[in-house]
Amino acid sequence: MKVYVPMDSAAKALGADDVMEALIKAAAESGQTVEIIRTGTRGMIWLEPLVEVETGGVRLGFGPAIPEDAATILDGTNAKALGPVDELDWMKRQTRLTFARVGVIDPLSLDDYRAHGGLSGLRRALGLTGQEIVDEVKASGLRGRGGAGFPTGIKWQTVHDAGAPQKYIVCNADEGDSGTFADRMIMEGDPFTLIEGMTIAGLGVGATKGYVYLRSEYPDAIKVMRRAVDIARASGVLGADVLGSGCAFDMEIRVGAGAYVCGEETSLLNSLEGKRGVVRAKPPLPALEGFLGRPTVVNNVISLATVPVIFEKGAQHYADFGLGRSRGTVTLQIAGNVARGGLFETAFGISLGDVVNDLGGGSASGRPVKAVQVGGPLGAYMPVSKFDAALGYEELDAEGGLLGHAGLVVFDDTADMLGMARFAMEFCAVESCGKCTPCRIGAVRGVETIDRIAQGDADALPLLTDLCETMKDGSLCALGGFTPLPVMSAVTHFPGDFARSKEAAE
Amino acid sequence: MALTDPVNDEAEIGRIVGDHLHLEGPLLPMLHALQEAFGYVPAASHRIIATALNITRAELHGVISFYHDFRDAPAGRHVLKICRAEACQSVGGTALADATLARLGLDWHGTTLNGAVTVEPVYCLGLCACAPAVMLDDRVVGRVDAARMDAVLTEAGA
Repeated sequence: MKVYVPMDSAAKALGADDVMEALIKAAAESGQTVEIIRTGTRGMIWLEPLVEVETGGVRLGFGPAIPEDAATILDGTNAKALGPVDELDWMKRQTRLTFARVGVIDPLSLDDYRAHGGLSGLRRALGLTGQEIVDEVKASGLRGRGGAGFPTGIKWQTVHDAGAPQKYIVCNADEGDSGTFADRMIMEGDPFTLIEGMTIAGLGVGATKGYVYLRSEYPDAIKVMRRAVDIARASGVLGADVLGSGCAFDMEIRVGAGAYVCGEETSLLNSLEGKRGVVRAKPPLPALEGFLGRPTVVNNVISLATVPVIFEKGAQHYADFGLGRSRGTVTLQIAGNVARGGLFETAFGISLGDVVNDLGGGSASGRPVKAVQVGGPLGAYMPVSKFDAALGYEELDAEGGLLGHAGLVVFDDTADMLGMARFAMEFCAVESCGKCTPCRIGAVRGVETIDRIAQGDADALPLLTDLCETMKDGSLCALGGFTPLPVMSAVTHFPGDFARSKEAAE
Repeated sequence: MALTDPVNDEAEIGRIVGDHLHLEGPLLPMLHALQEAFGYVPAASHRIIATALNITRAELHGVISFYHDFRDAPAGRHVLKICRAEACQSVGGTALADATLARLGLDWHGTTLNGAVTVEPVYCLGLCACAPAVMLDDRVVGRVDAARMDAVLTEAGA
């Protein structure tokens, strides 16, 4: 009997390891032969730990499991039976391209990976020229999934065209935005996809060396990625002769050191070089002068992990999904105070309200939803009145929002939006790299100004608006430049939370 | 709490530094390895690193002090990181953190008197769909309520 137990951090955080121990013990006690396979998570975090038992080739789910469920899961009588996992509404409604294998396969089995379509994209890319590879990515319409949404193919073209003795592929795995965990999920659940994507990028632009800059807050992802790179190297996927092609590509996993700003690409490059993670002025673009001054592709985990499926199924297949200039799929991360949180991959264009109410099932507390922060700590707080907004880069921008890395954090009506605005400024002050004044000083003044508003000083509100304008226009990178977005969206959409009378404050 | 003897093992420091010199951009991996070995980045390593990488000690100090992860003194036997970010706040993370700090009589970055636990803030553990989240050393815990926090603190010996 095959039993699947997730080893994703979220599942472990909810007790998956204890459940696995109990399953082993229960199997021994009942005399059953049970093969336990660790997988990533299916993304239905409210059902974790989600145990799956394979019966007649169908995987039946049980969750959320606790150790006491072990014996009845094995004999099939457990009351938490969910039926075939692939038939669950949450799974059936998705278009899983990037996350097709996550939760399904053993993340560290290269055989499993191959059996589920892995490496076929790389094999196809090995038959193409660098320019043809870049053209395929352009045709797919893939845009940077880290938040900026810059066309990936254009970035690759710049690096492809740059002449240099050494070029690099750098994967930005410094996923520091609250409400986002797609990068972590794919690195823990299907690490070979990222390795394959980076290798294709290397072949496309003529880079032979790659780095994954992975945040230290993800110890499990670091372990899985390091192990996967070792396995890929030992199997000839990485190294001097990629899959026997004569082409070279190798990579290393590098660990960050707790600085949020290192998720900004130029700051990340400085950190990778062993410097303070301060932002660099652009130009020069990292595509021309990146790591160690060499042409460098810097892409987010999801962007790179999506490349294999584009080559496996063809650019057109990918581009056929989506809305407007947002092609392909978006990996929504539904989080915070929400009944059903998790990862949902679907074509761009779904509305914010459908995600929160239909998929997410409203708030976890059962209270009315007040706001949803989309796009991480630098994204806007969207009120319920904006729930018709479609999730696409341009579409959300038109509504004053930011899609970013597609994380959504739901808040119920107990949330104090003045407090959230203050936190945005406080976070910016803590994490500012210090290079530019609007961010370094502005964030500190922002906290003070919001404190004045909290004390009932109405004169401070225009000052806050003015400060936000200065930060937006004058900051060097998105940290100082976008912190005004959550702050001003809170002010604009929830004015009641900022209108504190002096008497009430005192 | 009695201060641990300052690390003064120049041979071991030299070996760790030497192991990383072949890397492109060796400094962060080097600092992580030193902290892994000694629990913090010992002052005795500064001159050795600066010489090996041909950087000034001021530059080195700039790097070490820039990053939240690197310590110049040992932490408690366990490090408890409590997430302060938005998703955890949406489900009571702030109250949980305040209650934990109050119970231990600590401020952020403080260590309990018995040296068992250092409490640090962290901005996102990627467990935003099962918040509030904490991490004890390398082990993650989700949907933390008062009871679960009690269990974590007991396990850590706080």
